[in-house]
Amino acid sequence: MSGLPLLEAAGLSLRFGPVPALEDVSIEVYPGEVVAIVGESGSGKTTLLRVLSGMMRPEAGVVRYRDPEGTVHGVQEMGEAALRRLHRTDWGFVHQNPRDGLRMRVSAGGNIGERLMAVGARHYGNIRAEAAEWLRRVEIEPGRIDGMPALFSGGMQQRLQIARTLVTRPRLVFMDEPTGGLDVSVQARLLDMIRALVADLGLAVLIVTHDIAAARLLAHRLLVMRRGRVVEQGLTDRVLDDPQHEYTQLLVASVLAA
Amino acid sequence: MTALGYNFGYLDENTKRMIRRALLKAVAIPGHQVPFGAREMPLPYGWGTGGIAVTASVIGASDRLKVIDQGADDTTNAVSIRRFFARVAGVETTERTTDATIIQTRHRIPETPLREGQILVYQVPMPEPLFRLEPRVAETKRMHALADYGLMHVKLYEDIARHGHVAISYNYPVLVGGRYLMSPSPIPAFDNPKMDRMPALQLFGAGREKRIYAVPPYTAVRSLDFEDHPFQPVRADAPCALCGSRESYLDEVVVDDRGGRMFVCSDTDYCSTRQSHQEAAE
Repeated sequence: MSGLPLLEAAGLSLRFGPVPALEDVSIEVYPGEVVAIVGESGSGKTTLLRVLSGMMRPEAGVVRYRDPEGTVHGVQEMGEAALRRLHRTDWGFVHQNPRDGLRMRVSAGGNIGERLMAVGARHYGNIRAEAAEWLRRVEIEPGRIDGMPALFSGGMQQRLQIARTLVTRPRLVFMDEPTGGLDVSVQARLLDMIRALVADLGLAVLIVTHDIAAARLLAHRLLVMRRGRVVEQGLTDRVLDDPQHEYTQLLVASVLAA
Repeated sequence: MTALGYNFGYLDENTKRMIRRALLKAVAIPGHQVPFGAREMPLPYGWGTGGIAVTASVIGASDRLKVIDQGADDTTNAVSIRRFFARVAGVETTERTTDATIIQTRHRIPETPLREGQILVYQVPMPEPLFRLEPRVAETKRMHALADYGLMHVKLYEDIARHGHVAISYNYPVLVGGRYLMSPSPIPAFDNPKMDRMPALQLFGAGREKRIYAVPPYTAVRSLDFEDHPFQPVRADAPCALCGSRESYLDEVVVDDRGGRMFVCSDTDYCSTRQSHQEAAE
């Protein structure tokens, strides 16, 4: 968590008609840091993720990205080709529904290899070895390298999506509710795995979730959003143990104790 | 003799001009698909309307036309297209590859190497090499614009993982001039190396899909492959039963109902030329 931020955004605003999706949002993500964005449905979490990752344009504000050489780029000013390259090298995006992030008619190995081939890998043996290695890392039997993702369970599909995203060693990964739609025991395993990978690879992760427990487990810092505004932010434990804003207090109080 | 009531080469001059402009653009950007307004032709889509439109736009009174279908000069498609141009343009036709100035082809490149000044016109059913992999046309255009062809390699990867080799025997995707991914039309992968740095001009017309693309003379055309699984053209392991060639692309012909078969050259002109040379030598 040292040095200069990988990603910084200031004054982001966006409205969908009369509905404010983002209002004057600022955020910074430092290398190796996990930042969670929590809030209820419709609070603008996913919109913020889409704006930060360059998939959507804000009406006001800037998003800046620092490349590995230390040069700062405005994400909104980047060309489509540069943004696409960024998305498959230094960045990654994990969708809530693995079907959005995977090619369902391509084998697990092909799914992992796609990013490698997109950035120019042309040696079949190396691509395959790398794919097998990544399957092992996300706890999928390497023997299923030629299996179709459609035949995988939901948890496996999500882990495959993570492997496919991390194979090019990105420094920043966006995750949109990665544990949504999975049952609790599978969620727990997935969270464990994400936590181990983040620690191993020194990833910076920007994770959107409505699951406070997941946020507490993974995140170093927490932003609480409501109606397009960041109402509270700080270290995860501080925000969750001593919530200042009334909405955060409500959110923390609503978590069911098992 | 020329049929009356038609403009030279069947198409009207404005249409030919439009197609020539598309051709110029296609030659300027090798491998890039240029849209054009395909006209109704006196034969159905899928029978070579794109190729005919291109031929009609480039043919001149002094040209000599050869038309092949699967390498043969004497099949229905080849005979009727050749006769069509003899009637509406009054041009000479030939079956000899070396005598022709324009060769319209479906599914083959002649065995005899082409030379400068010749034009090879391909009939193309589906110009988009990515269409089986990416169903959205807008997305394929974006991929071409960004030279984002990782997906095509994913397909090759899948083939090797499943079959041990790239299981594409025809329409094998190529990269033109190191930039554009291109469908070579359904020619056998065996013919792909002939496209590389060919001295003749190669024009591709897809009538139904309304696209024209081109490979100018001496342009690099590389079949996609992996470093450890290099591209390998496939050929039946037999000599031609008629001319004995071990280099040409062969058709397998079933000769009886007891499993008998023979292999013969698919290029009829190449085969008969070799046979007549052998007879002359005897």
